[in-house]
Amino acid sequence: MEAGFSVLIGLFFAVGVYLMLSRHIVHILIGITILGNAVNMLIFTAGRLTREVPPVIPLELYVPAGPTANPLPQALVLTAIVISFSFFAFLLVLAFRTYQELGTDDVNEMRVAEPKGEALPPQGY
Amino acid sequence: MRSVIFRTFAPFITALMVLFSIFVLLRGHNEPGGGFIGGLVGASALAIYGISAGVGPARRALKAHPMSIAAFGLLLAAVSGVLSLFTGQAFMTSQWAAVEVFGVTVDLSTPLFFDIGVYLVVVGAIGSIALALEERESD
Amino acid sequence: MAGPSVSVDLSAAMQTVPVQLADWLVVAPSILTIVGGMLCLMSRKNIALAPKLGLFFLGLLVISNLLLLAEVLKRGVITMVMGNWLPPFGIAFTVDALGATLALVAAIVAFAAGLYASITIDNSGRRYGFYPFLLLLMTGVNGAFLTGDVFNLYVWFEVLLISSYGLLVLGNDRIQLDGTVKYGILNLIGTNLFLIATGLLYGQLGTLNMADITMKVQESGVSGPLMTIAVLYFLAFTMKAAAFPVNFWLPSSYHTPRIVVAAVFAGLLTKVGIYALLRILVMLMPAARAELADVIAWVAALTMLTGVIGALAQSDVRRLLGYLVISGIGSMLAGIAMGSVLALSGTVFYAVHSILVMTALYMAAGLMAAMAGSYDLRRLGGLYGASPVLAGVFLVLALAVAGLPPFSGFWPKVMLVDAALTLGWNWLAASILVTGFLTSLAVGRVWIYAFWRGGPEGTVDGGSVSLPGGGVLLAGAGGQSTAAVWVPIGILTALIVLFGLQPEWMMEVSSRGASGLIDPVGYLRSVFGGGA
Repeated sequence: MEAGFSVLIGLFFAVGVYLMLSRHIVHILIGITILGNAVNMLIFTAGRLTREVPPVIPLELYVPAGPTANPLPQALVLTAIVISFSFFAFLLVLAFRTYQELGTDDVNEMRVAEPKGEALPPQGY
Repeated sequence: MRSVIFRTFAPFITALMVLFSIFVLLRGHNEPGGGFIGGLVGASALAIYGISAGVGPARRALKAHPMSIAAFGLLLAAVSGVLSLFTGQAFMTSQWAAVEVFGVTVDLSTPLFFDIGVYLVVVGAIGSIALALEERESD
Repeated sequence: MAGPSVSVDLSAAMQTVPVQLADWLVVAPSILTIVGGMLCLMSRKNIALAPKLGLFFLGLLVISNLLLLAEVLKRGVITMVMGNWLPPFGIAFTVDALGATLALVAAIVAFAAGLYASITIDNSGRRYGFYPFLLLLMTGVNGAFLTGDVFNLYVWFEVLLISSYGLLVLGNDRIQLDGTVKYGILNLIGTNLFLIATGLLYGQLGTLNMADITMKVQESGVSGPLMTIAVLYFLAFTMKAAAFPVNFWLPSSYHTPRIVVAAVFAGLLTKVGIYALLRILVMLMPAARAELADVIAWVAALTMLTGVIGALAQSDVRRLLGYLVISGIGSMLAGIAMGSVLALSGTVFYAVHSILVMTALYMAAGLMAAMAGSYDLRRLGGLYGASPVLAGVFLVLALAVAGLPPFSGFWPKVMLVDAALTLGWNWLAASILVTGFLTSLAVGRVWIYAFWRGGPEGTVDGGSVSLPGGGVLLAGAGGQSTAAVWVPIGILTALIVLFGLQPEWMMEVSSRGASGLIDPVGYLRSVFGGGA
């Protein structure tokens, strides 16, 4: 099970990295999202995949009756999903605003902060 | 989107959804559910009201700015963790109290207030994003 | 819910000893900044109240972190576990001398920035929420310095990242959007790398508590997977810290925001990356760090030299300072590469120095631009006549950043060079010294052009030029006194001079922090009790 998931995660990473190599912001953002999902699956797989019951302790006991699924990766993944979701929302709005203001979504043409061919600073003292 | 049918039913749907979101919030302490998912339901109620009645009326109906609601939620969550200061226990240790209200025992606890805080953060943050996006669509 | 008759022994998983009041200082920075930030956010329409409320909580933060450092120096490492759950089950906040020192310096810088912003951030900036974002940024910075859990560290990184986005676009100019896109995307990739490494680490060791990881790595020794994880962490944190091959986001974004925002960022954000490197590589995986030492040393030397050469090629003062931030990161990395107590103390001291001096330099640059109306070296000039005090302060800061005595930049460089020569890494010592020389060229040129010459380009050199007072920075101050700009610069400069003239105390604290990293017995004992 872990082996299959590892291949899938690797595939996700490949797609994510490929998209991030693009010059267009939208592609980069989709790449980051796919990368984020790859990371989430990686954490989930790192917690070992088992076909066990949910880690709920029965009412009359104080410890789980038998082996249960590992709840920690789920908590970690949930946190990571919420964070990456909010970042994606923010960056999407930011990219849209930038597109409106700069008129391009090509990162090579975004040279407002670092204009091309700037003059050298004064030489000598 | 502003058909007569939708506009007529939207307030009822919104009211039901807010009620359901609070139900999910409180149910989360014994059964699946909780502040986060309840907050998402509440935020979608807000979004539906915003779509049907317009963003302006939705903001007016909310009284406070959604970001202020989120801020209050985070404040409530943080403060609920501090209460354990007075019992000599570590930050975020849960405190429990049973209160008798009209003959019914109500279990009050700091996790409950933390969860209400989470609920408000989610309603405020997601609601403010949703309303902002709807606003952009209309102009 | 709380069962009255508990039949299992809870003391195996839960802390049963009452928590001392002083232990609350460990979580106080996070609570204070969250409470303060949220109160500011709720009342942000009240623009007169915003600076007062923000400064009140930032002041409380300084006091609380001061008490925390005093407590740590007195008692050693302090741990608090959330919700009484013992580590490694619960999330632990563990503070040693390193974390407490950096948290205190960060709080001082944030307070100074809050004061500086009280007249340099206009009303629309206040309404947008400058103070809530600043406080939330401090939540993230402090949380990162104080936490004892790797995943928690990731969460604090994200908290400070999202608030830094908010601060960066404050103003909504075209140039800011451009800078934020690059900063945002590259930093998000960096934190994703951090998360990947954390996921792999969890899969490898089954724990996320830093003390627990330290012990497990000590037992298992360095292995192939652990090396991979260490390299990933190194890449992620050098990206955060803006080290040589992955530093392009910094010069393309740090000159775009409001000057006070740039000051806070230049002071704090990259140092959080350095702190994470110290914590994760040096303390958690010392064997992996030793394997990587040569790579880190090369990265360090290249970061120093490319940074300062970049600074020499800039005519915009803010961009020049951005490159100097990078160059300083190189010096700190050199200490991590060497890994001896002396070298690491040098890194810690340098981090403190760099936080103070970079923030002060950006603030001084803001004042220069306010007087001359531009950040461009070609348009600056004659500022000595306009403000001899600023000329003096800038000269002090320039000498400090170049590492010349008697200011705070000198001592950490001495420690680093000494450590390099002791270890026989003469080339690293040489590159630190060459960097210092080139830095003094870069900042010296700024001082000579902006202050010493008579006027900007195109005017008669040597003649006194009347400069327009006020300018871009102080517009909208509404007739307030300019004390709120001078006091923060004064505080930071005073600290720089103090650490330069009286370095013993800071050296003592940094060497305690450094030896705590190399031999984390106190850290482990604090987290796991006497048994560790």
